[in-house]
Order: sequence, then C-alpha cells, then structure tokens
Amino acid sequence: MARSPLSTGKFLLIFLSWWAIWAFLQISLLIGFGLTASTAVTDSLVSNTLIAVSCAFLSNNMQYYLPKKERYWYILFISLALSGIVLLACKAILVPLLSDKSDGVAYSVFFSRSWAVRFDIVFLQVACMSILSVLWYSSEEEQENRQRRNDAERLAKEAELFKLRQQLAPHFLFNSLNSISALIGSRPEQARKMIQQLSDFLRGNLKKEEQQWVPLTEELQYLELYLDIEKVRFGHRLTTDIRCEENCLGMKLPPMLLQPIVENAIKFGLYDTTDQVTIAIRARLDGNYVRIEVENPFDPETSRPKKGTGFGLTSIQRRLYLLFARPDLLETRVDNNLFTTIVRIPQQV
Amino acid sequence: MSTKNTPGSPIKAVIIDDEPLARLIVGEYLLSYPQITVLQECNDGFEGIKAIQQYHPDLIFLDIQMPKINGFEMLELVEHPPAVIFTTAFDEYAIKAFESHAVDYLLKPFNKDRFDKAMQKWLDQRAAIQTAATADSPSAPPGPDATEQLLETASQSPAQQHRVVVKTGGKIKIIPLEDIHFLEAADDYVKIHTHNGAFLKNRTMNWFEKALDPTQFVRTHRSYILNVQQVTRIDPYEKDSHLCILQSGAQVPVSKAGYVKLKGVLGL
Repeated sequence: MARSPLSTGKFLLIFLSWWAIWAFLQISLLIGFGLTASTAVTDSLVSNTLIAVSCAFLSNNMQYYLPKKERYWYILFISLALSGIVLLACKAILVPLLSDKSDGVAYSVFFSRSWAVRFDIVFLQVACMSILSVLWYSSEEEQENRQRRNDAERLAKEAELFKLRQQLAPHFLFNSLNSISALIGSRPEQARKMIQQLSDFLRGNLKKEEQQWVPLTEELQYLELYLDIEKVRFGHRLTTDIRCEENCLGMKLPPMLLQPIVENAIKFGLYDTTDQVTIAIRARLDGNYVRIEVENPFDPETSRPKKGTGFGLTSIQRRLYLLFARPDLLETRVDNNLFTTIVRIPQQV
Repeated sequence: MSTKNTPGSPIKAVIIDDEPLARLIVGEYLLSYPQITVLQECNDGFEGIKAIQQYHPDLIFLDIQMPKINGFEMLELVEHPPAVIFTTAFDEYAIKAFESHAVDYLLKPFNKDRFDKAMQKWLDQRAAIQTAATADSPSAPPGPDATEQLLETASQSPAQQHRVVVKTGGKIKIIPLEDIHFLEAADDYVKIHTHNGAFLKNRTMNWFEKALDPTQFVRTHRSYILNVQQVTRIDPYEKDSHLCILQSGAQVPVSKAGYVKLKGVLGL
C-alpha cells in the first residue's frame, strides 16, 4: 500500500505552511473588509482548520480508494461535495459564535454575502489537494510496479546466470570416474591422485558465486586442473600450452567463464579428433581488457564452425551479455583447422 | 565364471574405446574369461571397422562417444555386425532405447559384478544359438538381427540427426545433412546426392524416411526423398505428378501424394 503524502515529514511541513499562509491572507482580507481583528482571526482559523481537516481526510481516503477509471470526475465531485460540507460547517460554527458580539448581526449578513467567494476558496484548496494526492499515489504505484518488474528481471537474470555456470558435462564426470576405476587395479597411487584432482575440480565448480570475481591466476590454475584430468584420460594425445603475460596475472574476471570455453575446445579438439592435440591458452592485457585466446584444432570434415560465435558458444555469449550488456566480447577465428575463441573481459578501473 | 559354452574354439573379442584406461579395465575384467581372446584394442571407429573386417569377432565392446564417428555410426558401416556390449557414459535415458537390441550396455563406471552379468547374458544367448544350430532347427541367430534393429533405433540419436556416414571405396565419409540434395532408391542401396557427388549407403528408403527430420526431408516419391532447402521450383509434369527442380539443377519426380506432403512442409 502506498504511503499517504501527509505521512512524510516534508510534505506535512509544506502542508502546514500552506495552511498558515492561507489563514494569514484571509485574516488580512477580512480586516480589509472592515471586520474587527478578533472576528477576522476567529473566522479565518475556524474555516481554514475545517479546510485542512477535509484536505487531510481526502488525501488519506484516496490511499484506500481511488477509482481507476473516471478519476478526474471523481475528484471534481468529491471536491464539490466536501467544499459544500465545509461551508455549511463554517456557517454552523461561526454565525452563532460571532453573533454575540456587538457587530453580530452585521457578521451574519457579511457571511451570507461572502458565501460564494468562500465556497470558491474552499473548493480551490480541496481540489488542489485532491489533484496533488492523485498524482502522488499514481507515481507511488508506478514506482512500486517498476520495482517489482526490476526485481523479477533481476531474479530471472540471476537464475539464468546460475544455469549458464552450472553446465558441468556429465560425460566428463563419469568418464573420469571410469578412469579412476581402471587405475585402482594397476596404479593405485595415480588413482588416488586423480580422485584428489577431480575433487578439487568439483569443489571449485560448486563454490563459485557470480558476484565474486576471481584473479586470472586462480582461474588458470583451475583450468590446468581440468586439463590435467583430461590428460589422464587422453594422456597419449593431449598437450597443453598455457601462457599468460606477467602484467595480467592479477587481473580479475567472472568465475567459470573460461571453463566452458576450454571445455568447448576439448570437445571439438580432443573428443572429435584422432591425432595428437595441442590446446593453447594465451592471456594478455589489451588496453582496459584482459584478452584471452583459446585455440584448438578441429576436424573440418566432421564439424564446421558456424559464422559468428559458432561451435556451441552461445551460452557463453549470453552470459557475457548478461554480465556486461555487450554483445561484442566474444569472437572466434578459423585458420585452416585451427579454431580460436577470443574473449575480452573489461576491467573495472 | 561361466564354463557353460563349448570349449575348444576361442571366443574372439575386440574392444573399441577412445580412452586407453577404459579399454584397460575391460581387458582386466576379461582376464577371468580364459575362453575369450581380445584380438585388438581400437582407439576409434575407423580402427574398429578394420579390426571387425579382419578378425570377424564374436563380440565387441563398444563406446558410443568417440572421435569423428560414434559407435552407432561405426556399426552402420559394418557389413555383418557382431554382438555388441556397449560401454558408455552416455546418459541412462538415452541408452535405454537400445537396451533391447544390444546384448547389454554398461554405464561407466561399472564394476566387475555388473560386467559379469552382461557377459553371462551374452554367453547364455550364444549357448542357446549353438544348441539350436546343432539341433538343426531353422531359427535365425538373434545376434545380427538384433543389431539391425539397434541401428534403426540409433538413427534417432542426436549425432545422427545432423550427418550421415558412408563408405566410399576404402574411405569413410561424413556427410552433413545440409549438404544432401536428395536421396534416390538404387536396388538394395540408397544413393545420396550431394554437391560433392553421389554416395551409396546400404539402407532402405524407409529407414531414411524414418531417420531424417520430416520438416527438412520429404519423401516426394516412392524412390525419392528431397531436401526442402534445395527446392527452387515445382513444375507440373504429366498427369497428377510434378517435377521438383533443385538448386543444383537436378529434377526430382514428385508423386500425387508426395506433392501434398511437400506442399504441407513448404507451407503452401
């Protein structure tokens, strides 16, 4: 529920000052028409207090009820009705109160003569207050809607990012376990080592949060872990070549961003070829970006890179877009049978 | 373990897997079956085909996910496929479909007990066939027949939904589906027309019709299936029939029923 405007301190202060100004002006006006000071003050205070009460009532009332359609007709009619009530109340209070005095008869005559002007003033103030309230509540409502929409979008984005990060290939896991199973019989020491590697890898995969960027060194170590496991499985065929320039070792990047890129390189470079394979990873600083290239051979006969992102990199593209709102951070290049994925990570300065 | 099967002639086996450790464990488990000789361990489908043609093994252990051509595709290219036990990390739901056709499938990692169960199943099947053969009863050996059915099912697997593997001469060629212009029946084979020429595959038109995506490939005629991406023009031709002109200039006959199907797919 939207808050009433009068519940905020600033608005209440403005409302009270407004009321004081009107009351003061009315006093001067009445004295100008020849009323005594005390009569003028009483008249002004009573009628302005009644106006203020009806304004507050109206404003609060709109907090609970405000028609969606025909809003402005509603304002007009409720303002007219309230003004009428206020004027009748003024008459009922002021005329008996002030008629005791010496100029009592004259006051009741004065009140009868001035009712149209009084009604005008009351109507103006009440209508003004109601319009202000409508605008206030509309903007509150709008803000609430926007907030809700933003929350929904943020949640959806977080969920999507989470899903994009959590794409551990089950093949990898089960094949690795199978390798361990094979090693247990013949080379138990190595089996134990691989269990260690696999656990470290899985732990790394589980604990990472989107918000915490990780240093490049850590990410590269993690990739090495992954590649080491693949080497146990395909040791005879896989070599890796990881090179990182000194100055970008400490740079930070979102966690698990490179992992799927390297996984992709392995998928097309190692799983889908029969020869000796080198997966190369290069990192360097490029202006305000860390530029990372992952290179893998591929077999042009069985898989052909598509134009644009190609080779199933769309989820990485999507993630980069969600993180940086930019579509141009991922590029790919094909030279003969070498496929290179290039990703640039903007650095927060 | 089982000694039920006839001694004497050794049982020939081949292990096909792209991971050395995965082959190692199968070999190790097989040590308790002295009647079985592993003739070769193969790194990929190509070696697998060669080994099968050379040794005619009784049983193969076959991984599904392998470089270039997968296990199913390899089986497609073998003339008389032997009995198959799959060893794979393929997820369970995907492999369930093949359960009834292969001897068995072993989900990696698998233990010795599970392995023994699969072996027992196969040895029992084999013993049953041999008894039937000696009794001179005319029962067909279920081995190859089951493998045929397996291939039918395998054609629905994801990898095969975007390529076809053929053998041309001694070489194996992988044809991406988008490269296919049209298919033509040719006796016991199907002729696959592509921009690199035509290739024969020992499958039926019905098999292809079932395997290929029906929104991409339409059987326009008893003897023709065409790739709708390739269509440039459809001309009327004789009574009730049409002729489809492809981008390559080839003309493919369209029967009355085929025309209705083609119009449906093209949204006409």
